[in-house]
Amino acid sequence: MRNGRAPFIAGFLFAPVLLYVVYVLIPYVRTAYFSLTDFNGFSPEYGFVGLGNYLELLKDEVYLRAIGHNAVVLTVFPIVTILLALFFAFMLNVGGRGDKAGIRGVRGSSLYKFIFFFPQVLSIAIVAVIWRRVFQSNDGGMINAVLMSLGLVDEEKPLLFLAESDSVIPPIHLGAFTLDAPVVLICLIAVAIWGGVGFYLVLFSAAMQSIPKDIYEAATLDGATRVQTFFRVTLPLLREHVSVAWIYLGIAALDFYALVIGLTPGAGGGGPNNASEVMSSWMLTSAFRSSRYDGFAFACAMGMSIALLTMLLAGVQFRLTRSRDKLEF
Amino acid sequence: MATTVTADAPAAAAPPAPAAAPVKQREGYAANAFAHIFLAVWGLLVTIPLIWAVIQSFKTDDEIIHDPLGLPEQWLFGAFGRAWTKGNIGEFFLNTVIVLLGSVTLTMLFGAMAAYVLARYPFRGNRAVYWMFVAGLTLPIYLGILPLFLLVQDMSTALGLEEVIGLNTHLGLILVYVAYSMPFTVFFLHAFFRTLPTTIAEAASVDGAGHVRLFFQVMMPMAKPGLISIGIFNVIGQWNQFLLPTVLMKDSDKKMLTQGLLELATNARYETDFARLFAGMTIAMLPILAVYLGFHRQVQSGLTGATLK
Repeated sequence: MRNGRAPFIAGFLFAPVLLYVVYVLIPYVRTAYFSLTDFNGFSPEYGFVGLGNYLELLKDEVYLRAIGHNAVVLTVFPIVTILLALFFAFMLNVGGRGDKAGIRGVRGSSLYKFIFFFPQVLSIAIVAVIWRRVFQSNDGGMINAVLMSLGLVDEEKPLLFLAESDSVIPPIHLGAFTLDAPVVLICLIAVAIWGGVGFYLVLFSAAMQSIPKDIYEAATLDGATRVQTFFRVTLPLLREHVSVAWIYLGIAALDFYALVIGLTPGAGGGGPNNASEVMSSWMLTSAFRSSRYDGFAFACAMGMSIALLTMLLAGVQFRLTRSRDKLEF
Repeated sequence: MATTVTADAPAAAAPPAPAAAPVKQREGYAANAFAHIFLAVWGLLVTIPLIWAVIQSFKTDDEIIHDPLGLPEQWLFGAFGRAWTKGNIGEFFLNTVIVLLGSVTLTMLFGAMAAYVLARYPFRGNRAVYWMFVAGLTLPIYLGILPLFLLVQDMSTALGLEEVIGLNTHLGLILVYVAYSMPFTVFFLHAFFRTLPTTIAEAASVDGAGHVRLFFQVMMPMAKPGLISIGIFNVIGQWNQFLLPTVLMKDSDKKMLTQGLLELATNARYETDFARLFAGMTIAMLPILAVYLGFHRQVQSGLTGATLK
């Protein structure tokens, strides 16, 4: 076994490492490098501009508005998704009938999980085809058609959904920075929740099942109701899973470009009038914006700023939610 | 993570106090009905848009526009044929199958090789290589996408391999897919190989098996459950990938299914054949549905389990 160890290790690592370094690491490093230049993506001649692109980011009103949109997604999406997933996981596992062996899961819980999880495996193209039509802003859209047939919406004035740029909160302006929550963005968050709840439900449900039954039995014998059991026993034991979910949803909230590109109007998505633009979608659009000669480098700077914000957020959330005392069972 | 003990403790606890039993029982039935109502409502919210969209593929365009909620007067299958040929879905579908055959195979092979060596062979720099791979998990694809386009273009030109691994080539896309699948695959299989017992490997090497034979004939078969989970994960992930092909595959006859369908969807206002678009979507959904039907337990546990590592 001793002989041929080093060549074996080198031989097995060569292809994976080479591919990974060339196609993944080098592009990331070059993004960081280009962000300090005025490279336009084509011309081999370009110069260094230092942090110029980063300073210009602070003047780009669409970018500053996109940060606000990400902040809205970051607030609404994780909270609603986690609450719904916890609620349904609780319904699946503890809402079942009690018998001598303790409280069991409801019947058909694996069928529910099967259905709830399914949107998670669908591609953005499928989600886009479905939800563009569901949200369509005339009587051909599913929701509009349902509401019209119920007489809740005037046929002359259909709901606009993805075409509605009005904010559901009064927009806040701070210098060049805008915080608003356009209807179209809320619609995207709804689609994200539709797709995401099943995933976290399965995550929490598996965690709940790993909690030993005797803990529940003890609680039941002590006269605890189901609701009390949930808040006093289940939730504290799920703390770590919830914090992991929180971090993942936070990262997803700063990402979010797939839904914007797939569902919203405008070239590269983000419309109407940048109302649904998030940082990453604006970055991809900016790279080939004709109004900037150095759009490519500018977009690289934007990408770096998003990566930085993401890491900062993950770090903060990790510190905030890390459990100090670990429960072993 | 908290260690989870799967001890199925025999329910030998003291029987519940008899006086409390009927009350608990009634509460149980109420809670049960309550749970089913909420679960069913969410189940409908998830499935109705899906089923509704699939039904559209069997309608005429007139029905889709003027009677969006109704069932088709006649269930027509013509849209599927039109999507497959005129909508290019057939071409996109075949492109995707070709690329995935190569990319998933190579991802599994290279991922397993790297993970195995990093998990079972201590050497200088082992941790550095491992963390280099895992670092890729924290960075989103779009961050490197702009230089990636230039790199694929320039590198293939410099090597004189434009037709082989350049833009708009299947092999070029395969290599990119493999590279971007490495972080998670290595990370997942690394954890898996570490849990395998060492005794069998030792016995095999005493019997004279070399490193390579040990890997392919002993370790790979033992790692089968892990390989299946991560394999399914990669099939779904690569099947659904759209940003990489959108940037790297511009020729219309080389496009991937998700990319092609997304372009059809985002240009839908020019679309005159709505049924065809929905039929294309249904076709794109079927392979994923098949994989999910067959392996939903592995998909669910693979995707969520990985989150917690």
